[in-house]
Formats: sequence, C-alpha cells, structure tokens
Amino acid sequence: MIDYENLVNRNVKRIKPSGIRKFFDIANEMDDVISLSVGEPDFHTPWHIREEGIQSLEKGRTSYTPNRGFLKLRAEISNFLERHYTVKYDPESEILVTVGGSEAIDLCIRSLVNPGDEVLIPEPSFVCYVPITEMAGGVPVIIETKAENKFRLTAQELEEKITDKTKLLVLPYPNNPTGAVMRREDLEAVAQVVERHNLLVLSDEIYASLTYGAEPHTAFSAIPGMQERTILVNGFSKSHAMTGWRMGYAAGPKEIIGLMTKLHQFAIMSAPTMSQYAAIEAMKNGDDDIEYMKKQYDMRRRLIVDGLNSMGLKCFEPEGAFYVFPSVRSTGLTSMEFCERLIRSQRVAVVPGDAFGACGEGFVRISYCYSTKHIIEALERMEAFLKEL
Amino acid sequence: MAMEQLLELLQDQADLTPAQLAVMLGEKEEDVVKAVKRYEKEGVIKGYHALINWERTEVPRATALIELRVSPQKDTGFDEIAGRVMNFPEVESVYLMSGGYDLAVTVTGKTMSDIAMFVSKRLATIDGVLSTATHFVLTKYKDGGVIFAGDYEEIDERGSNLCD
Repeated sequence: MIDYENLVNRNVKRIKPSGIRKFFDIANEMDDVISLSVGEPDFHTPWHIREEGIQSLEKGRTSYTPNRGFLKLRAEISNFLERHYTVKYDPESEILVTVGGSEAIDLCIRSLVNPGDEVLIPEPSFVCYVPITEMAGGVPVIIETKAENKFRLTAQELEEKITDKTKLLVLPYPNNPTGAVMRREDLEAVAQVVERHNLLVLSDEIYASLTYGAEPHTAFSAIPGMQERTILVNGFSKSHAMTGWRMGYAAGPKEIIGLMTKLHQFAIMSAPTMSQYAAIEAMKNGDDDIEYMKKQYDMRRRLIVDGLNSMGLKCFEPEGAFYVFPSVRSTGLTSMEFCERLIRSQRVAVVPGDAFGACGEGFVRISYCYSTKHIIEALERMEAFLKEL
Repeated sequence: MAMEQLLELLQDQADLTPAQLAVMLGEKEEDVVKAVKRYEKEGVIKGYHALINWERTEVPRATALIELRVSPQKDTGFDEIAGRVMNFPEVESVYLMSGGYDLAVTVTGKTMSDIAMFVSKRLATIDGVLSTATHFVLTKYKDGGVIFAGDYEEIDERGSNLCD
C-alpha cells in the first residue's frame, strides 16, 4: 500500500475543501429540491455564437492556436474593452486569452507573488484567491467588507491592512457573492491608496457586464494612473452565458502579461480553438445579447430583493452580478443552520454566506439565474419556512 | 411605463400578478393595473391562455394548416372571405399571406378525418375559395416560443460545480 498522504505536496493537501461541499451533499440526496444556488446563467449561449463554434468544427479548425489566443480574438477583446469601458489595450502584447477567468486569476497571482508577499483579499468573495495565493507561497490578508458599506471596499479598510510586505490587491467587483459594485468614486479612493503604497491590483471584473444601477461599470484601469498597475480579468462565462466554453482573458502591462503567457504556454498551451471562434463572434456581435440578458436579470433581481425584504430577510440592493446576499441574523440561526433547515423543511437550496469568507457568516447567497416562475415558487417556500421558525 | 417590457413580460408569463409585474418593472402596482386595463380596452391585449401540450394528454386532438387560394372580392378584398372562415369555431387562426396562396388557416379537431370533412364541406364550399391544400401537423416541436419535443426540452444541468 502506498502512503500517498506523505508523498503528495503538503501545500495542496493543506488547502481546505470548499465550505459549500457539506451543504451540497445534503442537497444531492433529496428530491424535489428547488435551487437558488448556482453561479452560472440559466440562458444558453446565444445561437449565433454557438453556430460559430459548430462551424469551426465543421471546417476542421481543430489545431492549436497561438499561445496568447488568436490575434483576431485579442483585437476584438481590445475593441470590446474600449467600447464598453474606455480602456485601451494593445492586442499584440497586452491581452492573453485564458481558459476562463479562473485561469487568468491563477496566472496573475503566480506571476506576481514571491514567497512571503502579502495579498490583500476583500471578503466575502469568490473562493479561489486564498488557495492560489497560498500555493504561490504568498500570505493572504483578508479585508472584511461590511454590509453597512454595501460590501464595498473602503480606502480606510484597505489602508489598515497594508504592511511593507503588501504586493497585490485583489478587487473582486461586481462581487460574487454579495452583488456589490464599486462606484467610480470608491475606485478613485482606493486608487489613491494603491498609488501611495505602490501596489499592484488584480481586478476581477468577470461580472462587469451585469451592472444594474444608475452608474455603468467602471474598469479599475480606467482610473487615471491605474492601468499600469492593474491586471484586468474578464471573460465570456457570465456576460455571454458561455461558462462551459471556458473562455476568459487578462489585460494588463505587457511585462506582466508576458510572464503570465509563459506560465500559460506550459500549462495550457492555448485556450480551446472552437471556443475562441465562438468568442470572436461574441465580442463582435454579442452586445445585444448582453443587453437582453441583463434586462432579464434586472427584473428578477427586483423581484427577489422585494420578496426577501418583505418576508423580513433584510438585503441591501445589489447592483451587480446575479446574486443577493440577505442577512439571516433575524432568524437567530447561523448561515449553515439556516441553509440546512431551509432545505430539509422546504427543499430550497441557497448557499451559506460563510462559504465566501468568515465575514459572510450571518448571510446567505441567493442566485437569481432562474426563471421568474422558479424564483416565485422558491420565495413562497422560503416564506413558509420563516413562518415555521 | 416601458410598454414594450410590460407586454413582453405578459406574453412570456401571463400569470404574473400586478404586484409582481410592478416590482419587476420598477413601477407602482396601480399604474400596472391601469396600463393592463387600458391595453385590454384598446385591444392590444387580446386575451390570456395556457400553452398546452395536448400530445401529453389523453385528449384526442388533431391540427392542420390549410392553404386557401381565394379570389378577392370587389370592394372588400380578402376581408369578407376571411370573416366567413374565421367564424367557424374549428378555426384557430387565419392569416393573410404573401406568396403562393392567400389565407393560411389553422384548424383543430378531434381527428384528422374530422378536419378533412370540415375542409371539404365548410371551407372549400365558400364562394370565392378557389382551392384548398390541407397539411396535417404531425408533432409540435415548438409552439408559442416554448419547446415541446421531449428530447429538446429544457433540463437544468447546472449545479455540479462547487466553486462558481
């Protein structure tokens, strides 16, 4: 018998399993569960985009692409970023096409962090930043954002966590799981601190297209002086309902993109070819799809926020992504207890907030990537659950 | 109020309550009620009905698309004949078409032979109808914007990824 425990990499072994797992194990053994738990669009990829992928296969376009991705795709991404966020990136040297936004995050952290470097990570947030930082030998430093600040990162919270070892700030906005967005003025305040302490910024803007408030999304690199310090991560999964295609990208200073490309070429070689063909179409002719889906999400967002608030689960109005993050403190239950009892009693699945960082305790993540009908039924069941308590 | 959006929502899902519609549109409930009443009165909203996949029921039901070629009447054009056609309760829809024929008529009945009889006895005999061609519907893959056919029906396969 081989003793794998002592043979494998200690750091990988040490990474904690996702906190969502235990809860999903319960959900999986039950029938008739109505879920508000997934983090991906319920829309299918728009047909004209799928067709381009199909056509690339029919034409036998099945080889590798350049490591960085097709230049044509990088050019279209560059156009897209300029068209939507008024930021300019050189397709030749400042854009790398990756296997989803997640790969771009991984490459970015590994390319920047030396052992002992501190990486600032606002929470609640997507679960990957901490383990990737740890794997790179870096030290994750958590910044707990607060409901009373609409889960935005404030300059003061940032300032308090900076030491002489601080290297990188992760900016995960629009935010999963809270739905928080950073307004331009919030970004400007953060930018001042970043500048003063000579930090680099990984701006994870994967939900940028899904911003609902009065103010459109501002890319962090659009703040004067920030482009040279920022690695912008975005992709096609959320904006174009293309999660399964695994298509993302990073845009940033050519020196950093160059390093990321080096890692990418050894680990991945190049992002999937058919997905890149589809992605070109998405960038060129997909703006209407984004608008359509955004409109649908926005209506569901209002419906669910109103429903939750009127049943007594207080939530601030989320302005981005496709999540609401209500507080469940009024029930006296922990996040996990709330979720477990809700699913056992009314068979509605939502995700405990502490899965996204300790400060998510007392909240749950509810996704509205579901049809109106589905959402209405789930809300009815949740209301019944609250009455049982 | 964004009229287009209200109508689109109702077209997709007519059972939404005025309160739900109001929240989704960011409008007041009483304004939604008023708007819907007005659309009904103006004939913009012509009715509400359920989209039923009869193939999943035991109820015998057949549908056919009938192409009618007709000679338009002086003064009234196609209107008069269309009016006579649409009076039959068996007739579900009547469209005036461009192209190879004039009126497209969908007819429902219990069986195909019921429909065949109806066409030969009722439609073909109307003054001004020059010819009919009956096409029976064998299965409905998609109707009213919704996919009916089993293999293509929407299945939610999401939720297998634990870190999204």
